[in-house]
Amino acid sequence: MSVFSDPRWSEALAHLPDYLGNHVRVSVTALALGLLVSLPLAILSRHRPIMRGALLGLASIVQTVPGLALLALFYPLLLALAALSLSWFGFGFSAFGFLPAVLALALYSMLPVLRNTITGLQGVEPAILEAAQGVGMTERQSLFMVELPLALPVMMAGIRTAAVWVIGTATLSTPIGQTSLGNYIFAGLQTQNWVFVLFGCLAAAVLALAVDQLLALIEIGIRERSRLRAALGGIGIAALVAATLVPSMARWQSGYIVGAKTFAEQYVLSALISQRLRAAGFSASSREGLGSNVIFDALASNDIDVYVDYSGTLWANQFHRTDIRPREELLGELKATLAQQKITLLGELGFENAYALVIPRKRAEALGIHTIADLAAHAADMSMAADYEFFSRPEWAGLQKAYGLAFRTQRQMQPDFMYAAAASGEVDVIAGYTSDGLIAKYDLVVLDDSKHAIPPYDAIMLIAPKRASDSALRQALAPLLDKIDISDMREANLRAAGGDGASSPDAVARWLWERIGKR
Amino acid sequence: MWITAIAATIQLIAAIGKGRVGLVDWTRCDSPNVMTAAPPLIAFAHVGKSFDGGRGATPVVAVNDVSLDVAAGELLAIVGGSGSGKTTLLRLANRLIEADSGSITIDGEDVRKIDPIPLRRRIGYVFQSGGLFPHMSVADNIGITPRLLGLSAAEIASRVDELLDLVRLDRTQHRDRLPHELSGGQRQRVGVARALAARPRIVLMDEPFGALDPLTRDALGDDFRDLHRKLGLTTIMITHDMTEAILLADRIAVMRGGKLLAQGTPAELSNSDDPYVGELLRTPRRQAERLNVLLPRDGAA
Repeated sequence: MSVFSDPRWSEALAHLPDYLGNHVRVSVTALALGLLVSLPLAILSRHRPIMRGALLGLASIVQTVPGLALLALFYPLLLALAALSLSWFGFGFSAFGFLPAVLALALYSMLPVLRNTITGLQGVEPAILEAAQGVGMTERQSLFMVELPLALPVMMAGIRTAAVWVIGTATLSTPIGQTSLGNYIFAGLQTQNWVFVLFGCLAAAVLALAVDQLLALIEIGIRERSRLRAALGGIGIAALVAATLVPSMARWQSGYIVGAKTFAEQYVLSALISQRLRAAGFSASSREGLGSNVIFDALASNDIDVYVDYSGTLWANQFHRTDIRPREELLGELKATLAQQKITLLGELGFENAYALVIPRKRAEALGIHTIADLAAHAADMSMAADYEFFSRPEWAGLQKAYGLAFRTQRQMQPDFMYAAAASGEVDVIAGYTSDGLIAKYDLVVLDDSKHAIPPYDAIMLIAPKRASDSALRQALAPLLDKIDISDMREANLRAAGGDGASSPDAVARWLWERIGKR
Repeated sequence: MWITAIAATIQLIAAIGKGRVGLVDWTRCDSPNVMTAAPPLIAFAHVGKSFDGGRGATPVVAVNDVSLDVAAGELLAIVGGSGSGKTTLLRLANRLIEADSGSITIDGEDVRKIDPIPLRRRIGYVFQSGGLFPHMSVADNIGITPRLLGLSAAEIASRVDELLDLVRLDRTQHRDRLPHELSGGQRQRVGVARALAARPRIVLMDEPFGALDPLTRDALGDDFRDLHRKLGLTTIMITHDMTEAILLADRIAVMRGGKLLAQGTPAELSNSDDPYVGELLRTPRRQAERLNVLLPRDGAA
């Protein structure tokens, strides 16, 4: 009866050891690295005003970069570095997930630590410094016996701020492939699973508070020279780390890793693939909420093993092709291009998830709009909304060029809210996805692309280079190929957006399998 | 009780004022004969020091060609107003500041040739208003220099107790307190104990009793005077208060604007024809006379 009887709570709880463990690991490592860099820098700069100014300036600039962007920037940077190191020194490293997240978060933690350490050290009275000199301390002794102990409360305040920031910002490391409590939030937002969103936020907040209080305990312990309290705080932190390490270590298996992008359909398909793999006796885990550009590189560099992409997306975004080919020809050429990178195009799932311009049926009928060409005549008076990437994608450029489209306003919107916005008349046109169940739900129509400005978007299954000759994997996934038609996927997507207990990706994937498995 | 103390002070000051008594026969009968003793323990010779006045500003001359000898066992007071250069002169002695010109020798050795860290460890330094480390207990503050010198914890602990007795603080009551839990006088006693912890021959004191109330100040001054004698110290004490200097020091050096104006015993100073020295001596004289009038004599010798 209560809200907690919702099965999504127990589902969320089941993910907790994995998500929390990864979250703690990445946060603690980042914070430790941040401290290791910031503290010596702050101490070195205490008598060097120019260095101090430069450091604080740099740290402030880093802080103004939004956390999500900072994290996203580190992925291509490290990817390039990894390639460089591979060609120069003969070894590469994974630029996916943990490493970029740790580096970006460590950078993020530096400002409060630097600023408070510098302020704390400057706050020590000159008379005390002179006394330290006068009793015969060396500079080093003065630093460790007098200055640092006196600056400690201010320094600890900075460290605590940094800890809370890092734990909060770590939720944004999900899109670059680092599992974190952000997985709840990203998945929840995409599948309208508010239980997950809430759970993720609460878990991150509780973790931040706990770490903050443990650090406070250490601080009081050091200040009041109570070994007991300092030790309790230290043990608390160590216990937290250990507790989150143990269960995830136990789960550390060399199973298949299934990737998913940031929208509901991808969550459902990734759940479906995982279920099939498990049914075939393999272990499988998922990396969900990955950015569109991150996920392909992750597959190419073997950080994930399998995921579903769309032919047109790869064609236009990954390989920067602007020519539009017929469906079969495009798939053939794509397969060959992917093979050059040793990526296997296993096959199509059977449906297409293309971008399409969508308007309410009533409006279309009233204005007599059936095709995009019809729409172009009315576009100057209309507003348009699309997801965050559409307006920077080549498809949009192609559409504009083919039909001379120019809307009065263009807005970016969370994809899930787009359809409702179109239905309510808040925007006139949206760039929807053909497989989205909400098109039918809100009585919208897909406009005809008679000039074929938008390439075909067949859902295709891709397999990582290192799994290229893995026949067991192919066999396990074969039953999914050419089985899912557009109506199946639309209904699955509509279910996933249901916002109730039956709408979790896992549940929807099970439903989908029941429907297609016997075909 | 304090009336007696004040009265005694008044008599003394009055006596000096009238030039009737050389102070030698009062407390200083055991002082070494300064003029004829062996080479000075501390010697400033034509010492100069100026400070950068900041960007574009002309340098400020803090100490200007000062020559001054301090004999072993002597308690010398340097008197002067703020900006007279007296504190700078003191800091030059243990190289908290480096001299621009001239030389400073301790026991015949040029301080520039001595590593400043060991130099400071063998010279006691009492800071204005204590300069105690606020995060360390009384015992840790007192034991700091022995600790820097690498003495064992047991040696330090017994030395700390010895010093607490020496500066007349209760061992058990004060050892573990933090500086902010002490009164101003107690803090300064700890400051003196800290300066003496490594058994220095020389003690430098920068306005040690300046921030204390008159009674505490008087008691502390007397106690230090006794310690100085008992331990055979050589002490330079900075003060802006001529009365304090007269009461405690063997000899007084007067500084103004970076220059040494006069030096000598109180009696010698009272013969000085420098107008500023005369002015400095006038205040204690006038105070003594007024107190003499205002307070009835009792217990007169």
